[in-house]
Amino acid sequence: MAEHCLLEMRNINKLFPGVKALSNVDFTLREGEIHALMGENGAGKSTLIKVLTGVYQDDGGEIRVDGQKIAIRSPQDAQNNGISTVYQEITLCPNLSVAENMFIGRDKNALVHKKQREKRANELLNELGIPARGSQMLGNCSLAVQQMVAIARAVDLNCKVLILDEPTSSLDDKEVNVLFGLMRDLKARGVGIIFVTHFLEQVYEVCDRITVLRNGELVGEYLTEELPQVQLVAKMIGKDLDELSSFGEVEEKHFSDEDIFYDAKKLSSSAALPFNFTIHKGEVNGFTGLLGSGRSESVRAIFGADKVNGGNVTINGKKVKITKPIDAMKNGIGYLAEDRKRDGIIADLSVRENIILALQVMKGFFRPISRSEAESFADEYIKVLNIKTASRETPIGSLSGGNQQKVILARWLLTHPDYLILDEPTRGIDVGTKLEIQKLVLKLAEDGVAVTFISSEIEEMLRTCSRLIVMRDRHIVGELTGSDLNQAQVMKTIAGGEADEG
Amino acid sequence: MENKKTFRREPLTDTQLLMIIAICIFVAMYLGAMLFLGGGFLRAQQVFDMLNDNAPLIIVSCGLTIVMIGGGIDISVGAVTSLVVMSCALFLNNGGNIYLSMLLALGIGLAFGLVQGYLISYLEIQPFIVTLAGMFFARGMTTILSVNPQKVNTEGTENLVELLTSKDPAQKISFIQFLRDMNFKTLLEGKIKIDWLGYTAPNGNRIPVRMEWGVVIALLCVIVIFLLLQYHKLGRGFYAIGGNQTSALMLGINVKRTRFLSYVICGLLSGIAGYVFLMHTGAGNATNAAGMEMNAIAASIIGGTLLSGGVGNVAGTLVGVLTLTTIKKIVVTSGLKDPWWQSITTGGMLCFFIILQSIVLSVRAKLRAKQKKG
Repeated sequence: MAEHCLLEMRNINKLFPGVKALSNVDFTLREGEIHALMGENGAGKSTLIKVLTGVYQDDGGEIRVDGQKIAIRSPQDAQNNGISTVYQEITLCPNLSVAENMFIGRDKNALVHKKQREKRANELLNELGIPARGSQMLGNCSLAVQQMVAIARAVDLNCKVLILDEPTSSLDDKEVNVLFGLMRDLKARGVGIIFVTHFLEQVYEVCDRITVLRNGELVGEYLTEELPQVQLVAKMIGKDLDELSSFGEVEEKHFSDEDIFYDAKKLSSSAALPFNFTIHKGEVNGFTGLLGSGRSESVRAIFGADKVNGGNVTINGKKVKITKPIDAMKNGIGYLAEDRKRDGIIADLSVRENIILALQVMKGFFRPISRSEAESFADEYIKVLNIKTASRETPIGSLSGGNQQKVILARWLLTHPDYLILDEPTRGIDVGTKLEIQKLVLKLAEDGVAVTFISSEIEEMLRTCSRLIVMRDRHIVGELTGSDLNQAQVMKTIAGGEADEG
Repeated sequence: MENKKTFRREPLTDTQLLMIIAICIFVAMYLGAMLFLGGGFLRAQQVFDMLNDNAPLIIVSCGLTIVMIGGGIDISVGAVTSLVVMSCALFLNNGGNIYLSMLLALGIGLAFGLVQGYLISYLEIQPFIVTLAGMFFARGMTTILSVNPQKVNTEGTENLVELLTSKDPAQKISFIQFLRDMNFKTLLEGKIKIDWLGYTAPNGNRIPVRMEWGVVIALLCVIVIFLLLQYHKLGRGFYAIGGNQTSALMLGINVKRTRFLSYVICGLLSGIAGYVFLMHTGAGNATNAAGMEMNAIAASIIGGTLLSGGVGNVAGTLVGVLTLTTIKKIVVTSGLKDPWWQSITTGGMLCFFIILQSIVLSVRAKLRAKQKKG
């Protein structure tokens, strides 16, 4: 008996100016299955979801629901066709009651019958086993319950296809289990669920099938039990295990305990779980893991960029307290943020002003750096880093991505840090600049600067780092050094499972 | 067991809590005034005087509360009110029909609401800027219409309503006649007398409590808006867009139209307020309703509406207006007659309320976070 296909997407294409975000992607969702949609950043997951929910229009391809060809032009269209989405960030109103959140925006009558609404809401919540009352304020519920209320709303809309976009990223283990219970329940009712997540273990816990995308193309559709975790990671990253050879090895360095520059015990922040971390003078280490594994959150905790909750930090053997970025800067730590546009550049200021920013902050605003001093600093680093800019007074926003990145690097180099954290410094910049930045990292290390380097490209990490810290699902799951520093081993560690014990 | 679950009382919402605080403070303040200042505060007429004087402010504040619940702000309300007062005064003095003058008032308010609402919701311009421009525009227009005060000429009978409800068949007029004879004097000087609330003067005369028609209109506005906010789809939409605009959009609310309508209703209420103002003073003046927008914002905030949107209630706003007025009355009665004392105490009071609100809300948020964890 052929399984009934709820949703078929065939040859979906989506073009953005200059980029082909999706090319001939197929996706099939069957009745009563939980289907994981996997892929790294930029693989096209969210584009596909947005095409399906009507946020974007496809540029070719067809979508069928229950065998009927349909056109989806708006989120409303999607909803009318039985496709509902629950987003990562909760899209409900915290200042309204649970019942209102479930029914608002789709009343037929102008008048609102509160009691009746609450009764209907309670019935549905009971039926789905969601621990909430209709009359409760949504803001008083836990995040997990809020998420489930969003699902209940979707269910009440008679959805056939339910899309859960990263629903578990802000939930704790217990809450995740409750959510999974609800998902299985819906599955038993014949609802098809598309589950987008970056937590591999969760995929293996609830999903029946996995579809993997990479660079806007379909890699394949697999039954979960037929695809081991290592294979899945390989497919997401795009290297088959057999093809992997060990890349150019970094010579092993040995550090003694006296060289320890930074040491953290049980450091945790509002975004990162407690972890231990040590780095030596002149060492380059890297944090790796899939997107959302907690690598950025961890380094942000080191820099005090998120709210630090606890942990003992020593620098050069002295106990220090780093709770905000200025503390870290005063202790000689520099941090190049992951999102250059948001956390890095100030687009309207000139290259010169962007370069002296960190130094100025460290000196305090009452001791301004003189104009001539600033100009000479700017000129020096424009030359050293080979920054291509019309002049030092050009607004940084008009520079190319790679050159912007170099300006930000110059900003930190100017403070002469003892420890520099580079979070994705090579993202979105050309190959030549990437190499320059890698060389610079190695040169800094030779000068005795400790560097933490994060990159999505494992090869790049292998070329620069002498120690790799591997994270999965917000925990450190391994530290690789020496001969373990090869792509196969990194992938095995990221994927966990059998490779972990072996 | 299921029953227990359904009938369990929910904790107070932020809106309710802030309103209850406002009511408690108002009652405490009024009782204090009665105890220590006595005099006028012991008479019911005091409350009605406060209502009589502030009916326009109540109406304007209701409109502003709606806009603030939707997460916006409208600072043009005072100026629009003033423009309406002046326009209607001139219109009536130039032989305009009384009913047409009412339509004129509504029309001006509506026009401001429509234009400002359109600019803010559909062209997405900052509400503060748009309504600031609206404020200057309306103030300018008022001055162009007349720099000199315009007293509305009144003639005719003022006690038409008494005649309509009269039990004496010789005096009684029909409803049609009532409508035909309606004149501005009736609106200006006709008062509702409530005998049982009055007091007996030393000379033995019974002096009833007098309430102006404007108060009836104001209270009607409060009731209508209250029902709209609580039980109408549109009213709940205001809360939704004020709570979280993106969410409201995802929940299928037409955010732009909802926001647009909040400004339209606010404009319309400014128009009504202008007419009520004219019914109270009987004259148009370029400085009418000066600073009313600020008083309205203050009243809304004291009544528990948050500037950040999503939380608020018009019943609270009514209490807010009364609180504000009581403070001013207390200041005047205490012998501090200079107007700046009123401003200073109003400012202090507003500050006090805002700090109180933020403390209450942050304590609640902390408790809530604890509960969620536990």
